[in-house]
Amino acid sequence: MTEPAGAVRPPTSIAAGASRRRLGWQPATVADVRWENPQCKSIFLSVAGWPGHRPGQHLDLRLTAEDGYQAQRSYSIASAPGDELLMITVDCLPDGEVSPYLVDQVRPGDQLELRGPIGGYFVWDESRSDPVTLIAGGSGIAPFRSFLRHHEVVGSTTPIRLLYSTQSSASMIFRDELQAQASRELIDIDITLTREQPADWTGYRRRIDAELLGMIVWPAEEHPVDYVCGPTGFVEKASDILVALGHEPGRVLTERFGGTREG
Amino acid sequence: MVLSRGFRGRSTRPDPGRVPPGQYLTTDFPVLSAGPTPRVDRDQWTFSVRGEVDEPITWTWQQFRDLPSETFTVDIHCVTKWSKLDTTWTGVSLDTLLDEVETAAEYALAFSDGGYTTNLPLDDLLDGQAWLVHEYEHEPLHPEHGGPIRLLVPHLYFWKSAKWVRGIELHANDEPGFWETYGYHNYGDPWKEQRYNGD
Repeated sequence: MTEPAGAVRPPTSIAAGASRRRLGWQPATVADVRWENPQCKSIFLSVAGWPGHRPGQHLDLRLTAEDGYQAQRSYSIASAPGDELLMITVDCLPDGEVSPYLVDQVRPGDQLELRGPIGGYFVWDESRSDPVTLIAGGSGIAPFRSFLRHHEVVGSTTPIRLLYSTQSSASMIFRDELQAQASRELIDIDITLTREQPADWTGYRRRIDAELLGMIVWPAEEHPVDYVCGPTGFVEKASDILVALGHEPGRVLTERFGGTREG
Repeated sequence: MVLSRGFRGRSTRPDPGRVPPGQYLTTDFPVLSAGPTPRVDRDQWTFSVRGEVDEPITWTWQQFRDLPSETFTVDIHCVTKWSKLDTTWTGVSLDTLLDEVETAAEYALAFSDGGYTTNLPLDDLLDGQAWLVHEYEHEPLHPEHGGPIRLLVPHLYFWKSAKWVRGIELHANDEPGFWETYGYHNYGDPWKEQRYNGD
């Protein structure tokens, strides 16, 4: 939530995707929940009057205890703008204050409060034709689900290459959806499992490095826009490699999950 | 207000006199940046005060390091909800740097390597409220955290504490910076919970 590198100075008007209206808290009803892996759950929310969002934006969630104590956290939006329900995907951090509640206790019919959408920088603009690289570490895959679904809905002709790094096939999120997306003409998806691989695993078996990214991402001369999302160390490494591969720093957009274990 | 069925929160609650609304405490130091971390060679590093000034001033790395530094301990608050108490920094007070600057400007725009900008009223940089820091917890400031030099303005949300800062432009009129243009609050007072436009 601080600096882009090499970004042009933003226009002095409010950028597209940013909102001038006041972002008030809105009640949301949990319509459904879905386990994505043993410690990660997607929550589908029905929100009356949701103003719409762009792929890559996030929302703030607020919980209120009976004694009035409140806690807030931010979550990437994993649903596409056109989807009927908003979706967030929550990774349970065992010592967390909010994520264990969302993963273990929230059930359909519950009410939550949210406000958003937030963020106008880490977003995909479907009117741009530059090829897109998406690099996800762990639950950093969440916003990219929104990108891919939106890409499909609008019939975009932009080619996308996605690299998803996760520890094991058991920790994989959106496995079936990614498989379906990968069968589409313009979508290439590579998955690397960093800790454990099934015997018949045909994907990559390593942590990201310059060689792996060099094989997968668009070459710099294709003038791609790169989006990197995941834990701090992962994002730092991936974005450093992209810059070393000649990608313009101002076209490498990052979203670091703070690295805090307090979720 | 919607009650969250079964939500209790932590048994130890942050002290509301010390931790602003909507924030939680963390003991580690999250990194949040919108792009890759710039790496800068100290031989090439300068810090400039320019814009609505009688004479623009530029300091080289050595000239900057020759200025008197102070070590101080403050709490910091990031708009992404984490707060960190008792962080210790070493750096040069903006009062020292701006001491010889003649200006009628009321607004400042900090600018950084990588193109980042953030705007503040000039008054918020003065009177012991802001520093250019080069050490965190008595160690040289790591590039991930904005090293070699970052602006530190602890009374505002942390995005106002520009990493990799290279100068300050003074303006007669307020001009939004990077996140301010992308829907974040123009001023960013954590105690008023000024996170986004209109808060």
